[in-house]
Amino acid sequence: MRIPIEKFITPDRKDSIKRTWYKFSSNPLSIIGLISVLIVTLSAIFAPVLAPYPESWGRWVDFSQACQPPSWKHPFGTDIYGRDILSRIMFGFRYDLLMAICILAMVVPTGTFLGLIAGYYRGTWIDTVIMRITDIFLAIPSIVLALAICALLKPSLFNSMMAVSLLWWPWYSRLAYSIASSLRNEYFVLAAELIGAHPLYIIFSEILPNCLAPIFTKMTLDVGWVILIGATLSFVGLGAQEPTPALGTMVSVGAKYMPDYWWMTIFPALAIAFTILGFNLLGDGIRDALAIEEI
Amino acid sequence: MVSYVAKRLFYSIFVLIGLSILIFTLTRIIPGDPARLALGPLAPEWAVERLREKLHLNDPLPVQYIIWLKNAIQGDLGESLVSKRPVVKDFLTYFPATLELVIFSTIIATILAILIGAVAGRYANSWFDNLARIFTYIGISVPGFVWAILLLFLFGYIWKVLPTMGQLSPGLPRPPVRTGMMSIDALLVGRWDVFIDHLKHMILPALCLSIGRIAQESRILRAGIIENLKKDYIAAAISYGIPERRIMLSYLLKPSMIPMVAVMGMDIAGSMGGSYIIETIFNWPGFGRYSLWAMLNKDLNATIASVMLMGMFFAIFNIIVDVIVAYLDPRIRVMERAT
Repeated sequence: MRIPIEKFITPDRKDSIKRTWYKFSSNPLSIIGLISVLIVTLSAIFAPVLAPYPESWGRWVDFSQACQPPSWKHPFGTDIYGRDILSRIMFGFRYDLLMAICILAMVVPTGTFLGLIAGYYRGTWIDTVIMRITDIFLAIPSIVLALAICALLKPSLFNSMMAVSLLWWPWYSRLAYSIASSLRNEYFVLAAELIGAHPLYIIFSEILPNCLAPIFTKMTLDVGWVILIGATLSFVGLGAQEPTPALGTMVSVGAKYMPDYWWMTIFPALAIAFTILGFNLLGDGIRDALAIEEI
Repeated sequence: MVSYVAKRLFYSIFVLIGLSILIFTLTRIIPGDPARLALGPLAPEWAVERLREKLHLNDPLPVQYIIWLKNAIQGDLGESLVSKRPVVKDFLTYFPATLELVIFSTIIATILAILIGAVAGRYANSWFDNLARIFTYIGISVPGFVWAILLLFLFGYIWKVLPTMGQLSPGLPRPPVRTGMMSIDALLVGRWDVFIDHLKHMILPALCLSIGRIAQESRILRAGIIENLKKDYIAAAISYGIPERRIMLSYLLKPSMIPMVAVMGMDIAGSMGGSYIIETIFNWPGFGRYSLWAMLNKDLNATIASVMLMGMFFAIFNIIVDVIVAYLDPRIRVMERAT
């Protein structure tokens, strides 16, 4: 008799989701993280609707409103062109999130794939080549290499994304490698090999599913780090250029007018901190709820 | 241990060569002519051609790299294209100031991390622990340059208690350069006022470099203490009636510090990376500010050299830390001897 396998899997999986959510939500810090991430994401998506002065995002000049301190009309004040800082921060979330998403979309598949291959062929020359190259990228603080590469290229949002992507994949290779190489000699992998499954099939269908939870968790944590490094690059002037409202650019442009017009730089700086804090809290909450220790 | 260190050193050299190939290739494949970039659009063609010849830019890439490597091993990293001085000379001028800053911030970070981590771990889930947890999250999440901006704003403009720019207040004489680290130079000539003033200038940038480290290291120490508190030998020590202070200091702290020390090598190198931004903001005339300035001006020789120096320090710190960890953890020492 064939028992439909869903009968066993479905309730169990539902249960485990419920249990994970319970564990996640019982930590107030995780909930704070979730709420901040929601605030950032929603205000990024709906910035044109939610922003009090949507025209402030780009080239817009209204000198009658220039350099206004925070007030009810402009909660975070206005900059030297009379653009509303709050609106610009909301649009700024867009650029920072977009940057993080694009970078992770490039880095996670590449890094994971290379790590899986190296782990599957553990001990062969493929492993040596891939993992030694990762070592080279991890042999220096990533901010230094990012600064060097960005400075060589023409400063723009796109180039800074390319630079960060170029040096972020090794982290995922390492993570995928550690999991793949530990599973390499498990029976289910050996069995698949024995019946003649293609290596790519084994890597993607047998090993990859075991890496998804840690990789997903690392991604959540990394959104914060990528935003941090992106904001640092644009703070130095190597990322998005004025008038693009990227948060790091706003901080560095506003810093010229410290301390008299402090709101031009302090509020974007706090917005960066808020965003990264939110993603870190969320990522930590997910990691604890899923009980992942690798990261 | 010696053979282990030798092995690590050998491997580091391999990684550093890889790093040099990477950064060297990157500087050569960028769009645009490096010689033209260095001299600017107004320079005459013959001058550009001469610089190209001098930098061996007309040779194939592998040849260029071999020439660079040969010179680098002999301690010649080329001439800075912007300051027109040998890069090594520039580094020797600027590096002590950064070293001083990083050492100072490491002292701050280590003391505070041990204090916060030990108390938070011993009194886990107390109000102090919760406070420390919130501080940790904020400390890890907020980027260094945001701390710099906030601290500049608070201390520079609201409570004017600390100087925010440079190394010395105007009016005080610079002590004669001997080590390059101004605090030591000031002490060598016995100028306490200069020494104190210099330390005051160091507080804010050092704090920016250390907040993230305090957060991370105290967290790791806390986890270690909670882990070790459950161990049998602590229960045995308590039942012997050994005073709690002694248990904390002699039995608990040392093993709990191992994971914390293990990340310190990375963290010190991370502080050096952070100094690129922080020194620029606080106008601290160090290696980080010099490197960032060189990078932004497309000074290729200085960029390569700066990346390589960071890689070297990263490797050295990690090896030193491994040795310290082996000293703290007798199990590793015994295992080393066995193999």
